Amino acid sequence: MKLLQLPPAELRRQLATSGVWLRTGPFSLRVQSRIPSVAEGLAKFYGQFEVRSVQEVFADFHVAVNPPASLRRWLRPQATFSFDGIQPLKSLPRGLAFAMLERGLNWCVSTQAHHYLILNAAVVEKNGFAAVLPALPGSGKSTLTAGLVLSGWRLLSDELALIDRKTGWVHPLPRPICLKNASIPQVHALNPDAFLTHPLHDTAKGSIAYMRPPKESVRRQHEPAHPGWLVFPKWVAESETELRPRSKQQSFQFLTQQAINCSQLGAEAFRVCTGLIEQTDCYDFQYSQLDEAVAVFDRLAASATISMLDHEDARAC
Amino acid sequence: MIKTSRLCLGLAKPMQLGRFSEADWDITLRQARAAGLLATLYYAALDANQFDQLPERVRAQLAAARHVADRHQEVMQWEVEAIHHVLDRIGVPMIVLKGAAYVVAGLEAARGRLFGDIDILVPHGALTDVERVLGRAGWVQEDRSTYNDRYYRQWMHEIPARRHAQRGTVLDVHHNILPLTARNKPRAQALWDAALPMSGFNDLYVLAREDMLLHSAAHLFLNGEFERGLRDLNDFRRLGQQFANTAQFWHSLKKRAETLDLVQPLAYAVRYANRLLDAGIPEAGMPELSRPGTWLMDPLLTRGLQPNHASAHDLWTPAALFGLYVRGHYLRMPLHLLLPHLLYKGTLAKFDEQALHDANQEKLAQFRAFLGK
Repeated sequence: MKLLQLPPAELRRQLATSGVWLRTGPFSLRVQSRIPSVAEGLAKFYGQFEVRSVQEVFADFHVAVNPPASLRRWLRPQATFSFDGIQPLKSLPRGLAFAMLERGLNWCVSTQAHHYLILNAAVVEKNGFAAVLPALPGSGKSTLTAGLVLSGWRLLSDELALIDRKTGWVHPLPRPICLKNASIPQVHALNPDAFLTHPLHDTAKGSIAYMRPPKESVRRQHEPAHPGWLVFPKWVAESETELRPRSKQQSFQFLTQQAINCSQLGAEAFRVCTGLIEQTDCYDFQYSQLDEAVAVFDRLAASATISMLDHEDARAC
Repeated sequence: MIKTSRLCLGLAKPMQLGRFSEADWDITLRQARAAGLLATLYYAALDANQFDQLPERVRAQLAAARHVADRHQEVMQWEVEAIHHVLDRIGVPMIVLKGAAYVVAGLEAARGRLFGDIDILVPHGALTDVERVLGRAGWVQEDRSTYNDRYYRQWMHEIPARRHAQRGTVLDVHHNILPLTARNKPRAQALWDAALPMSGFNDLYVLAREDMLLHSAAHLFLNGEFERGLRDLNDFRRLGQQFANTAQFWHSLKKRAETLDLVQPLAYAVRYANRLLDAGIPEAGMPELSRPGTWLMDPLLTRGLQPNHASAHDLWTPAALFGLYVRGHYLRMPLHLLLPHLLYKGTLAKFDEQALHDANQEKLAQFRAFLGK
């Protein structure tokens, strides 16, 4: 059963009482919230996600977003995220309750799911190969990801890439894409039908808007992908679109800096990063125009597929 | 009587972990995370040959926790060696205590064990030199408020905690295992006389086996904080399981408890390790608790020793934890010292500490800049 099949009143009721069970990628969540905007956010952005079947009783993460217990609930209404009874993050204004949930879920994955190597990276896939896009915040990673998934690429992840430590494959965690400031109109310009929230203001990041993950990406959320490219994107105002091969040594250095649980995994992180570098082509990518950027990636997917398959065949032999 | 938690059942009888339902696991994992025992549970399941039978998502969570714990121990082992290096140069011996000691000595109790701080014991007379060289090596005292500094130095068994300015690890330097003001008074020299040298190191020790168990019991049952109570009780059980290879061991443990003035904490540890974790320690011949004592303490400790998770609490848990907190303070200090101390903590401390916190941050920043050069 999908979340959108729950009538709104029933969703609100479940959410406010025992909570709603959801599957996102490899994780099951139980989300509980008495704040109406969280129910609205879930209905808008998680409509295609599977909700609990009757016999489901296990959740990886038990989370809640609720008004804090203190008097501040009346002075300046806030929303607090809790992970099974602890509050690891600073509260946000009530209007950002859904953003609080998203941030909280990222916190859960990056502090708990150490059975994966976790990268600060977006991941998209086309023709069977995944492009891993590790980048610092503000580098235009989410904008590029939104552009690509609106042009037929499959969304595996917008912020956290989960690398299987045994196989080196990427596990999907398709969730709403978080767009910031100037990228909101850019994505709108590329595809006016993209489902975005109204920009929410008053956050540390400026204004943000969420984009709904494509239906097809959610349907295939249990299907891992073989990494094909490691691309380090950078949005530079008024720059030419440029894809430049990058040395494996340099790529490795930057990749380990983006590995969130590098210190927890130690030598294991080093090994998995090496494996990822070895099986991918590495590039630097600079862009300012989203449509041109998408065209470059499409060419990459079309041309590289054949050579990579050859490479795979050679390895199989 | 409060119901024993799923987690306690799982730790006590790991052979049954394979039969846990998904609903059992949902609760058990949450309790284990709250108690800091996820990786311990991984090893319990592995040793009982149950791990492969667990649901896939349970295996994933336990394996993730295990990786973190293993790596954490590598780092802590390295830190202990770094501290030893600093003290060895001025010829001061050190005994590693608690979690770090289990790791350094390669004990069963170390497997999956997480710990925040490194605890060491040094001779009281060497404290001034130890503080000087540790400070130079980057271990700086964080809390410099005059009141707290005096509180530690005059009454406690340790000096204020030190944090490494670059790596952030926290070091507690002790000169005894209980506060100077506590009712029980073990002699530090007796601990030194029996300490076991670690091979491959000069003047690096862990406590003798009996003393290690007694310290674990004393730390748990003469303290007011029970947030990690179940973890400490599990340490006691595992140390006992590993060391008690002869029937004589429990007898010599009792004798040693008498020497170190730690009979009562030992009696508590045996009672609750048996009751909550099915430790199977022979109670005949062990020190006994008085009847009124157990009537009063059972309701408090059976609650305080559950995992710190809502599913393992009942209506009386907050009251029990408060009772244990008060008891812990009472055991650490006589009333004529304790009452003024609590009065200060409840009133003036906030103002003093804020002013010092600001000054401290500035000093710490200067020190970091200095190390950076």
